[in-house]
Amino acid sequence: MRLSPAATQRAAVGLMWALAGATIAVLLGIIAFILLRGLPHVSWGFLTEAPRSMGREGGIFPMLVGTAYITGLAVLIAAPVGLATAVYLTEYTREGRLTAVIRFGADCLAGIPSIIFGLFGFVFFTITLGMGFSILSGALTLALMVLPTIIRTSEEAIRAVPRAYREASFGLGSTRWQMVTRVVLRSALPGITTGIVLAVGRSISETAAVMLTAGSALGMPEGIFDSTRTLSLHFYILATEGISMPRAYATASVLIVLILAINLFAYWLMRRFIAKGR
Amino acid sequence: MATDPKLSVEDLCVSFGPAAALKHISLQVFPRERLAIIGPAGSGKTTFLRSLNRLNDLEPAFSKTGRVLLDGQDIYAPDTDVPDLRRRVGMVYAVPVPLPWSVYDNIAYGPRLAGTRDRERLDQLVEESLKNAFLWDEVKDRLKDSALNLSGGQQQRMCLARVLALHPEVLLLDEPCSGLDPISTAKIEDALAILRERYSIILVTNNTKQAARASDRTAFFLMGELIEIGPTQQLFTNPAHHRTAGYITGRFG
Repeated sequence: MRLSPAATQRAAVGLMWALAGATIAVLLGIIAFILLRGLPHVSWGFLTEAPRSMGREGGIFPMLVGTAYITGLAVLIAAPVGLATAVYLTEYTREGRLTAVIRFGADCLAGIPSIIFGLFGFVFFTITLGMGFSILSGALTLALMVLPTIIRTSEEAIRAVPRAYREASFGLGSTRWQMVTRVVLRSALPGITTGIVLAVGRSISETAAVMLTAGSALGMPEGIFDSTRTLSLHFYILATEGISMPRAYATASVLIVLILAINLFAYWLMRRFIAKGR
Repeated sequence: MATDPKLSVEDLCVSFGPAAALKHISLQVFPRERLAIIGPAGSGKTTFLRSLNRLNDLEPAFSKTGRVLLDGQDIYAPDTDVPDLRRRVGMVYAVPVPLPWSVYDNIAYGPRLAGTRDRERLDQLVEESLKNAFLWDEVKDRLKDSALNLSGGQQQRMCLARVLALHPEVLLLDEPCSGLDPISTAKIEDALAILRERYSIILVTNNTKQAARASDRTAFFLMGELIEIGPTQQLFTNPAHHRTAGYITGRFG
C-alpha cells in the first residue's frame, strides 16, 4: 500500500515530534527524579559544612572546593593546548598527512573510556611522576580527557569564520598572527566557549578518572598537591557504600544544578558575544 | 610619459596548478593614473589584481614567473615585507566584506595593525577616510554601530574608506560597483575622481561605460592575455584589435 505524500508528511512530522518529546521527557524525568529526592536535604549548612562520619552528617563544602579546583585546573591546562592545536590545524598548516594524524589521534582520544584515562593517570602522574593522589594528578588526567572535545569544537568554530574575513584582514596588511588573534578567534569565540563549557561539564561529572588519580580524601584541600574528593565521586561513594542515600541524592542535586547553571551562564555569555558582533 | 612608472609588470605568468591564469602580461601604471581593466568573466582580471598585492600567495597551487615592480622594487623578492606591501597596495573587493565589528573598528583596523594606538590620530583617520569615501555624512552618528547594518552600497564605501585609512600608494578596485545601485555607483565614481589626485588606481570593471567614464587608460584582457592597452578614449572609439572591438560593441563576452 502506498501513502499519499501529504499523509507521509504528516506521519513523519508526527513521528519526529513524538521522538523529540520522548527525549525531552526522559531528560526532565531524570532531573525531576533526582531533584525531588535530593533538594529537600539541601540546606545552607549542607553546602557550607564539612562532612562528618563519612558523609552521613554534615555537608559537602570540601567536595565543592575540590571539584572547582580539579575542573578549573583541568580546563585551564586543556583550553590553551586545545585552542593552539586547533589554530595550528586550521590556520598554520595545509591539509596533509600530519593534520590527518593529529585529527585521527584526537578522535581516538575522544573514544577512550574514562576509566582507561584514570588508569593511565594513576600509573603515569600519580606513581611515575610522584604526584600522588592529588588535585594536580586528577586535573592533568581530566585535561587529557577533555582535550579532544576542545580541539574539535574550536576547530569547527574556527572553520566557520568566513574565508573572506581572512582575505580582508590580509588585504589590510595584517600578519597571519594578527589575522588569527584579531579576526578569527574574535569571531570564533562563541563556538570556542561552547567547547570549553562542554569540557567543564565533562570534567565536573567525571568519576572514574578522578577516583584513580585524585583519591577520595574527605578533608578540605589546601593546595593542588592534596588529595580531594569531587562531588560526583562523593555521590558514588555515598550511594555504593550505603552510607546515606538521601545525602547521595542531595549531592547529585547540587551537581545537576551546578551543571545547569554553567550551561545557562555559557548561553548568556554567547548571546552577549553575538550581540556585540552585530 | 616621462615619469617613472609606479607599478611595472614584466612578463607576468600566473598559474594555479596546471591551469594558466595569466599569460605574459606586461604593462605599466604611472603615478596618479587611473587604469581600467575590462574583459569577460574568467579572463584573469581579478587574478591580475591579486598578483599586485600578493593575495594570490594564499592559494595553495599558486605559482608565477615574471616580475612585478613597485617603485622599481620587485614585490616578490624574498625580503619583501608583505603586510607593508599590502598597505601600500590597497584593495577593494567585488563583494564588500565588512568585518563583524563597528564601522569605527573596521576603519581603524588597518592603522591599528600598523601600530597606531593614539586615539586622536585614529579618530582623525576614520573621519578623513570616511569623508574621502563619501560616506561620512551617512554614518557619522553611528560609528559605533555594527558595519553589518549598513546597506550594500554603504558597506562598499566603508571598505573603500578602510583601505584609504592606510594611505596606500596604489588602489586596486575589483569590480567595486558590481552589486551596487546607480546612486552608490555614482558616489564611488565621485570618490575615485578625487582620489586620482593622490593615488594610482587600477579599476577592474565589467561595465564598459564605467571604464570609459572613470579611467585614463584601459586594458583589455581575454583568456589570461593582455590583448590591448591604450588611452581610454582611443580604445573605445578606435580599438586596434578586432577582439577588443568585438567586446566593447557587445558582440561577444
